[in-house]
Amino acid sequence: MIIAVSSTDGKFNTEFSPRFGRCNFFIIMDTDSGEWESKPNPAADARGGAGPQAVQFLSDAGVKASITGRYGPNAFTTLKTAGIRAYIADAGTPEELLDRFKAGTLEEVNAATGREMH
Amino acid sequence: MKIAIASGKGGTGKTTIATAFAQALSKERKSVSLLDCDVEGPNSHIFIQPELDQFEDVNMLIPSVDAEACTGCGKCAEVCQFHAIVVIGGQTLVFPEMCHGCGSCTLICPEKAITEIPNRLGILEGGLSQEGIRFGHGILDIGEPMAVPVISKLKKWRDLMDAEVVLIDSPPGASCPVVESLRGADYIILVTEPTPFGLHDLRQAYKVTQELEIPAGVIINRAGIGDTGVEQYCEEMGLQILMQIPLEREIGHGIAQGKSLLDIKPEYENRFLQLHLQITEALSIVDRS
Ligand code: SF4
Ligand code: SF4
Repeated sequence: MIIAVSSTDGKFNTEFSPRFGRCNFFIIMDTDSGEWESKPNPAADARGGAGPQAVQFLSDAGVKASITGRYGPNAFTTLKTAGIRAYIADAGTPEELLDRFKAGTLEEVNAATGREMH
Repeated sequence: MKIAIASGKGGTGKTTIATAFAQALSKERKSVSLLDCDVEGPNSHIFIQPELDQFEDVNMLIPSVDAEACTGCGKCAEVCQFHAIVVIGGQTLVFPEMCHGCGSCTLICPEKAITEIPNRLGILEGGLSQEGIRFGHGILDIGEPMAVPVISKLKKWRDLMDAEVVLIDSPPGASCPVVESLRGADYIILVTEPTPFGLHDLRQAYKVTQELEIPAGVIINRAGIGDTGVEQYCEEMGLQILMQIPLEREIGHGIAQGKSLLDIKPEYENRFLQLHLQITEALSIVDRS
């Protein structure tokens, strides 16, 4: 399964970014093989609608679960439509978050958790 | 004559001045209208107390997608510059608060799957005050970020623009809604305070008036509280200081109770009539040059 973690600097072992739509990078990881790659978020500088655009990007990359700090309402609606599951965390590196995801200890959300940022 | 009252930030006394100006002119039996364009927090009506009896919704047409007819081709999402419509997992989502109502998506859809439906942005309210001021304001609905269409509709509403003197209370700042409010004005009064912050905001606001190429003058409110920076700046820029309103306890108190400046200080009536003459004079010089 392909999952994505929002990141500030695009690294596997530094603290993740709690921001979803406007994070600088997404760490895209394959939970089966453990392979990962870092991709710049094309929505990072969007003037508006960063959330849905970021989801579009993740959906195109085949992502099925997303991990970040919080989701705005538009991002959340788009994730649900795209069939991507939404998880949140307070802290952690992509490496740690991957482990927690596999262990099933991450919190999955079923509603938006933050305000939309315009 | 259309005169806009603007300031670089909120709380400078812009509304106090706009409402007192309107009252002074209407007492002189001039036909006056006052448009409160501060649609995110209109408050001129508190001082003018108009009898609001005219109402009109402001709507914008936004797309509505017929899921049956939509093939998920993604053309609508590609054409939308505002990312207000997204095609994902074969479904099309519309985000009304980001939509600018441009209609491009409807035009481009090859399946004719999009129809346009009205989405309410806010409401216009209008009526006459006791003194005979024609009053109108717009109120943006909560959570609606689209102020500009509400302002532009207010500025075309009914007979507000036909008065001899049209006063426009602009929102604070230097953003799109401010530009929309000021557009078409013959003259702009910039209200500021004589402090370094006031000066900073005045510079921003003055820049907007310059870009719009509309002549401007300054009213210094709460004169005496700060320094001479604003005065020096006005002199450098050749900006006329139209009036100085000193900081007085009595004024602050009265306004907090919802009293208008003219109720608190009737002697200001003459000063505002004087202000009107000054602006008329300034504009005739512009015309001649
Ligand atoms: S352009 Fe029309 S058919 Fe294509 S995705 Fe948009 S709504 Fe559907
Ligand atoms: S009307 Fe214009 S702004 Fe609104 S969704 Fe369609 S293309 Fe985007």
